[in-house]
Amino acid sequence: MNDTSQGCGSNCSCKGGGGARDDSLFSRRNLLKGGAMTLGAAAFAKALSPLAHWTREETSVEEFLQKHYRELTKIDLELVLKRLEKDAKENYGTDVTITDHRPQKGVKFGYALNLSICIGCRRCAEACHHENNHDRATSNSYIRVLEMTKGSMDMEKGNVHYDHPVPHPDRFYMPVQCQQCDNPPCVDVCPVEATWKEEDGIVVVDYNWCIGCRYCEAACPYHARRFNWKKPVIPKDEINPNQSYLSNRIRPQGVMEKCTFCLHRTRDGRMPACLEACPTGARVFGNLLDPHSEIRKVIDTKRVFVLKEELGTRPSFFYFFDE
Amino acid sequence: MTPPDAETADASRHDARFHATSYLRFLRLAFRLATEGSWLFYAWMFVLTCIALVGTHAWAVQVRDGMAVTAMTDHVSWGLYIANFTFIVGLAAGGVMMVIPAYIYHDRDMHDTVIIGELLAIASIVMCLLFVVVDLGRPDRFWHIMPFVGKFNWPISMLTWDVIVLNGYLLLNLHICGYLLYKRFLGETPDKRWYVPFVFLSIAWAISIHTVTAFLYCGLGGRPFWNTALLAPRFLTSAFVAGPAFIVVVLQIIRRMTKMKIGEGSIRTLVGIMRITILINLVMLVSEIFTSFYTGGSHGVSAKYLFFGHHGHGALVPWMWTSVTFSIIAAILLMRPKVHEHLWTLDIACVLGFAGIWIEKGMGLIIPGFIPSTLHEWVEYLPSATEWKITAGIWAGGLLIYTLLLKVAIPVFSGEANKLSN
Ligand code: SF4
Ligand code: SF4
Repeated sequence: MNDTSQGCGSNCSCKGGGGARDDSLFSRRNLLKGGAMTLGAAAFAKALSPLAHWTREETSVEEFLQKHYRELTKIDLELVLKRLEKDAKENYGTDVTITDHRPQKGVKFGYALNLSICIGCRRCAEACHHENNHDRATSNSYIRVLEMTKGSMDMEKGNVHYDHPVPHPDRFYMPVQCQQCDNPPCVDVCPVEATWKEEDGIVVVDYNWCIGCRYCEAACPYHARRFNWKKPVIPKDEINPNQSYLSNRIRPQGVMEKCTFCLHRTRDGRMPACLEACPTGARVFGNLLDPHSEIRKVIDTKRVFVLKEELGTRPSFFYFFDE
Repeated sequence: MTPPDAETADASRHDARFHATSYLRFLRLAFRLATEGSWLFYAWMFVLTCIALVGTHAWAVQVRDGMAVTAMTDHVSWGLYIANFTFIVGLAAGGVMMVIPAYIYHDRDMHDTVIIGELLAIASIVMCLLFVVVDLGRPDRFWHIMPFVGKFNWPISMLTWDVIVLNGYLLLNLHICGYLLYKRFLGETPDKRWYVPFVFLSIAWAISIHTVTAFLYCGLGGRPFWNTALLAPRFLTSAFVAGPAFIVVVLQIIRRMTKMKIGEGSIRTLVGIMRITILINLVMLVSEIFTSFYTGGSHGVSAKYLFFGHHGHGALVPWMWTSVTFSIIAAILLMRPKVHEHLWTLDIACVLGFAGIWIEKGMGLIIPGFIPSTLHEWVEYLPSATEWKITAGIWAGGLLIYTLLLKVAIPVFSGEANKLSN
């Protein structure tokens, strides 16, 4: 054992047969190696320099250390909301109020859509775009309106890129948004519990906890999730200043977002923006637990159906025909 | 090379102080072995470092400017990164195909080369983890996915399982390789109790990493193209083509470049494995294709798009036919009798088989899962320059790690390093 230790300390070389070598710390070879490694390390530091800029501008220690929404105490949350308001002011140049709207007891929201009278005007999608502070450049919206061919309920025959006066006599229209599933695959797959179902049935995302893996986007069968591929751009006078932590506050870059049934409105007893924008009254929204609500009336008296029922996602979003 | 058994008894008497000093010496030796070599070696490392640098920079820009610099969209929300991730998990699992003959069937030739497969597993897992990290929109929040510190959605989320099995596999292989090398360095016979159980565990574990990775996709009911029970078996079979193919080529390079003796037997065994797995893989492909095309329906739409395109959308068609052609040619070449003696035929077969599966399991599996989208929109995807740069960077990084590991392991394992140091 001992000769191994001596030998190894002084004289090993993988080249073999090279004879005795100068092994001092400052041999030419070691200096060269050291130089090359320093250079390499410096090159990597340089290559990473865009990160330094981003860390300075877009993140902060408080944000980095922020806990999961459901683990924030009242005081923590207060500070977080203050910080987010300040960030919005710095980044977008306007004053916003960010509130934390909690679910109400005894409420479970449901939505129904009358396919017989929807004319495909896409005003709901547009209202969503403004209400929820979506990126202007991509004209993002949580709602997609499919133009369907009569005689088929198959989405394969649908088309979202129609561009002619509506309603077209041979077509019908089917807006699709988050179905607020009771058995949501998007929630199951999230590795960090950044998305979950609240007591009133709304599936939400903590934009400050999501790591942006997009697994939920792959899992959702209704194309309801959107990713912030870059920092949203909104002119300051177009920003909706009434915001909520879990819904329409301006999302950071690199995180997931989705329809929240406008919880900043509906948890205050108002209607979702898409419903208010609909010129035909095709949309019905309300509390499924209240036997006298309009949504219950629809479910009780109409033949309603849900999309892709065979997948077992159990949507809280219903469709019906009514003629 | 193996010291007499008497020394094993000695080994048990070493105390912690002995290990503290000799382990330091071991690390020093490793460092020296890893940084010294021929000009060819330096040139190789230089090229790899440059590619890795380009990738690193591209990633930093991606984090700063957002993932809009990739070609991914809300429709095709996973792309080249996850495609490579899937393939490389297979490469890591495939490395174990050297371990099974060596330890279960006591194949002597394999015993000397098994470490090459285990080191491949280490380098591959590092690449896998990197591919996951570059796919994150918020890599700064990585700590959220750490058990206990963050919020670990286990056991519901399949991704958390993947985190566990991949890191576990990495640790297992680090332990096995590290232990065996250290013992060789000391000139002692490794104590079976300290590595054989881990070796067997690693065999089961290799299967699990690839099965869990398949479950990531086939558990999604909303994606009919992935939603098939055949996915995990197919993953394993193709892994057992790609892994051995890579190692066969590496073994030949090692035979040329170093003094390590590579027995005929190793290559023969690996070729024997590939001959069969590549055929099984083709059979599974055919059965998938039959189900898709004969039944039609939503499962078939994506497959049809993949092979033949759909109304002018055909970005993946050339990829997929290249893959199928490569795999078939490789399968035929491998059938040549005594192919392990015809090295050119063998090498071409390995390269084609490897490339064929890289496409089949990467772009050919991940992308069609998103096309058409869940609302049946047709949005295509081809990787952007940023994605290619980052991908090349990670491959270069992986090869760099693998080269360094081999550079240390081969002389230590063959005893050459010890002889020289004496
Ligand atoms: S529609 Fe999609 S995003 Fe909404 S709850 Fe269901 S699975 Fe989740
Ligand atoms: S993108 Fe965010 S919310 Fe979706 S699964 Fe990943 S961490 Fe969860």
